[in-house]
Amino acid sequence: MTQMTDQPLLIAGVEYQSRLLVGTGKYKDMDETRLATEASGAEIVTIAIRRSNIGQNPDEPNLLDTLPPDRYTLLPNTAGCYTTEDAVRTCRLARELLDGHSLVKLEVLGDEKTLFPDIIQTIEAAEILVKDDFQVMVYTNDDPIIAKRLEEIGCVAVMPLAAPIGSGLGIQNPNNIRTIVENAAVPILVDAGVGTASDAAAAMELGCDGVLMNTAIAGAQEPVLMASAMKKGIEAGREAYLAGRIPRKRFASASSPIDGTFF
Amino acid sequence: MNILLNGENHTLPDGCTAAGLVESLQLGERRIAMEVNKEIVPGSQYTNHILAEGDKVEVVHAIGGG
Repeated sequence: MTQMTDQPLLIAGVEYQSRLLVGTGKYKDMDETRLATEASGAEIVTIAIRRSNIGQNPDEPNLLDTLPPDRYTLLPNTAGCYTTEDAVRTCRLARELLDGHSLVKLEVLGDEKTLFPDIIQTIEAAEILVKDDFQVMVYTNDDPIIAKRLEEIGCVAVMPLAAPIGSGLGIQNPNNIRTIVENAAVPILVDAGVGTASDAAAAMELGCDGVLMNTAIAGAQEPVLMASAMKKGIEAGREAYLAGRIPRKRFASASSPIDGTFF
Repeated sequence: MNILLNGENHTLPDGCTAAGLVESLQLGERRIAMEVNKEIVPGSQYTNHILAEGDKVEVVHAIGGG
């Protein structure tokens, strides 16, 4: 038996052993954030940039103490941005906050109800950020043409949604995700819409390089246990993809030999 | 002088620097980033950057997010 060894995930020239990326929002406290992040095995974790609470609770726990930048690759996001300008400003503040660290997750949203990306402004912001030497991992819809365009602009990873952010609906358009993967020369990560471990496995079986999720873990009844389940789902899906699944057939194919029957 | 700090009116002594603002807010030990009128002010420039009447100042930090 040959044991196939997987290649590490390579993003902007850095190797990662884990193909699960996790967000850090919606947890009940910093302890739960830390425990779930550890259980997920994730090496890349997203963070948000928000106004400091001036004059309030100076001793409140700091996320960067819970998830130290020397242990995790922090991926600041532009969540909540509905314009190119706000997304670019957020990335520049994040780079300053993280001492020049230039890996960012770009998302420019178009609509509060769906949180679908505004593709026109996403492309515009990606062009500005790439020119400004950011390494851009970009949230987009599941359109193969747009995914390729974002790659051509110079994004270091393209991250199509499985379903609306926080919906837990799982992959709504597996054929498009597969096409995006097949066309790509940069890592493709499913970002958003995963609900449970089988959804994560399904994304990996389609050939995705990784999955980014937040609500599916933080919103589970037992977030730390779900983080562990997601880790295994990602690993199982990846191995199944590498192993090469059998083709689907309409009719049966016996597992036991027909020859040598004595009846 | 008055500035707009994180969207709210804030009064500072005339000639106050970005460093003076950070100190007055007791944010010196925290990881923050600042922009003034939508331009980044690098941490290394806080002592040189003199704030002006009407400046729009944003002071941000990292929080949990997906």
